[in-house]
Amino acid sequence: MSIFVDEKNKLVVQGATGHQGVFHIGEMLGFGTKVVAGVTPGKAGQEVHNVPVFNNVGNAVNETGADTSLILVPARFAKDAVFEALDAGIKTVVTITENIPFHDAMEFVHYAKYKDAILIGPNCPGIASPGKSKIGILPGSIFLEGDVGVASRSGTLTYEIVNSLKEKGIGQSTCVGLGGDPIIGTTFIDALDAFEADKETKAIVLVGEIGGTAEEDAAEHIIEHISKPVFAFIAGRTAPPGKRMGHAGAIIARGKGTAESKIKAFEKANVKVAKFPTDIADQVEKYS
Amino acid sequence: MKLFEYRGKELFGKYGIAVPKGKLVKDEKDFSGLNFPLILKAQVPIGGRGKAGGIKPVDNLKDAEKKLSQILGMDIRGYTVGKVLAEEQADIKNELYLSISLDRTKRMPCIMASAKGGMDIESVLDEEIFKEWVNPLIGIQLFNIRNILSKLDLGRDESKGASKVLSKIYKLFREYDCELVEINPLVITGDGSVMALDSKVIINDDAMFRHPDIAPELVELTPLEKDAKEKGIAFIQLDGNIGVIANGAGLTMATLDALTHFKGAGGVFLDLGGTDDPEKVKQAFELMKKAKPKVIFLNLFGGITKCDTVAKGVKAVITKEGIDCPVITRIKGMNEDAAKDILKDAGLITATTLQDAAQQSSDLAGGA
Repeated sequence: MSIFVDEKNKLVVQGATGHQGVFHIGEMLGFGTKVVAGVTPGKAGQEVHNVPVFNNVGNAVNETGADTSLILVPARFAKDAVFEALDAGIKTVVTITENIPFHDAMEFVHYAKYKDAILIGPNCPGIASPGKSKIGILPGSIFLEGDVGVASRSGTLTYEIVNSLKEKGIGQSTCVGLGGDPIIGTTFIDALDAFEADKETKAIVLVGEIGGTAEEDAAEHIIEHISKPVFAFIAGRTAPPGKRMGHAGAIIARGKGTAESKIKAFEKANVKVAKFPTDIADQVEKYS
Repeated sequence: MKLFEYRGKELFGKYGIAVPKGKLVKDEKDFSGLNFPLILKAQVPIGGRGKAGGIKPVDNLKDAEKKLSQILGMDIRGYTVGKVLAEEQADIKNELYLSISLDRTKRMPCIMASAKGGMDIESVLDEEIFKEWVNPLIGIQLFNIRNILSKLDLGRDESKGASKVLSKIYKLFREYDCELVEINPLVITGDGSVMALDSKVIINDDAMFRHPDIAPELVELTPLEKDAKEKGIAFIQLDGNIGVIANGAGLTMATLDALTHFKGAGGVFLDLGGTDDPEKVKQAFELMKKAKPKVIFLNLFGGITKCDTVAKGVKAVITKEGIDCPVITRIKGMNEDAAKDILKDAGLITATTLQDAAQQSSDLAGGA
């Protein structure tokens, strides 16, 4: 099994004919993802890697039965694209786009909830269930089928950690990139619950960073609801308060969101926190 | 982007929120039309200006001239005061605190109000700050306003005035894509009217394209940070002497953490992002050189970005422009072996693990 996506998801890519769209449709097809449609307004009738392109998501859904969407459109059009997908009945939306105004994200996160849909992102690398499907821009080469679930607020750092798991022969059930923005759809808690319910997942890795209280909230949730072993890494232990460290979400403000507070919360929840990113693989290996 | 107080008040004016009569003043001529006593307020994008001597009451023109010259050019925690706002003094009966900010966990705008206005909100006890959340899809409703203002123990007219201000700042918060709108203090005057004595407005940088009427203010950045921002490179200056170039915010932070572990200190934080474009790599190195680090530590993970393409870009800059400090590289992922060969060929030090590279960089930089 896996969480959120598997071999059954039928994907429509919004923003299919741009440079990113064309490249990643190719990469996803190579990974085994069922990419059934692309959408770019005004480009109906074209094909990208033999995938038909439609003018709107409604047509794509009617013609191909797409139930999942990947958003690759520029930030200023992202809200429109997510609303369009949700209104067309799409049940899983993965939003890669970065620099989306957070007021827009706030609106589509609530609309997705209202529509009972899963929203992953924004500003995330996407999600991959090795051997089944990849929806996003994560590099396919780093994955291996297996039983460790990974949820992360970071991009490259996740690749680094997943790759080090693979080098030790430790595979993954699903790796989900939650996104580095202050407002995101799927949270650590959603991912933890899904991994807990997934029979295939035996251990869970969380990759967090400074800013916000997502890690503290996750730690509290783990104490009450999660029985599987959890391992964690927190980036930004040495970041100065008030400086925005790349991700819009990664800022220590009003003394909240420090690495110390997150590490302390995790340790209280019996979660092992690694000092260096690649130490996680050693810790998971020792456990299994 | 954090707006100066006077610009926040201009927005308040646009939304019909009362503010004291005032204007920016440069010399004695500018005081005409204002009635003494006045308050002179240094315009800086940070708090704590009152304690630093940036806010002064004045009784007459002579007094005003003297104190204006003291405040203009004053250094307040690293910011030179270039603008001073002169305002007529209000007849204060009661001071409240009112703000709308973003609650990341609930993913909703959060209204905060307190009867303890006029002091640093951080020092107000939690139980004296009341909160109310607004569903962004339906917007602020009367019940939201009733819920929160009923806790402040206001008179009927005061409550009416405050509720008008609250619905106006919610409108401002949403229409201008704000991260924060804060009024501290919101005062009730002797005649029972409600007035914003201060303003703190932060607009979400990602939404600036929707607000062409708000001129950007880059005051919080160092000159090199400004340069980087114009080039679209994530670049932050810190106190140490090791320059870090990595790709991805998380990996860059993890790299700084590793340096600190080995007693090194990151001086510059440069995030290449997902690019392997040789032109961007070149710009990144040029910026890094201007920051004059003792050591440069390049830490890359190539996923979609190919390591060898980045390495070629690095080699091209270094061969062409030269570099006057040691460069430690640690590169992993797609085509890493080819990348290492290219970097070695360019005379750079290649390490295999993050720990090893962080240790070497820290040793070469000789501690912080």
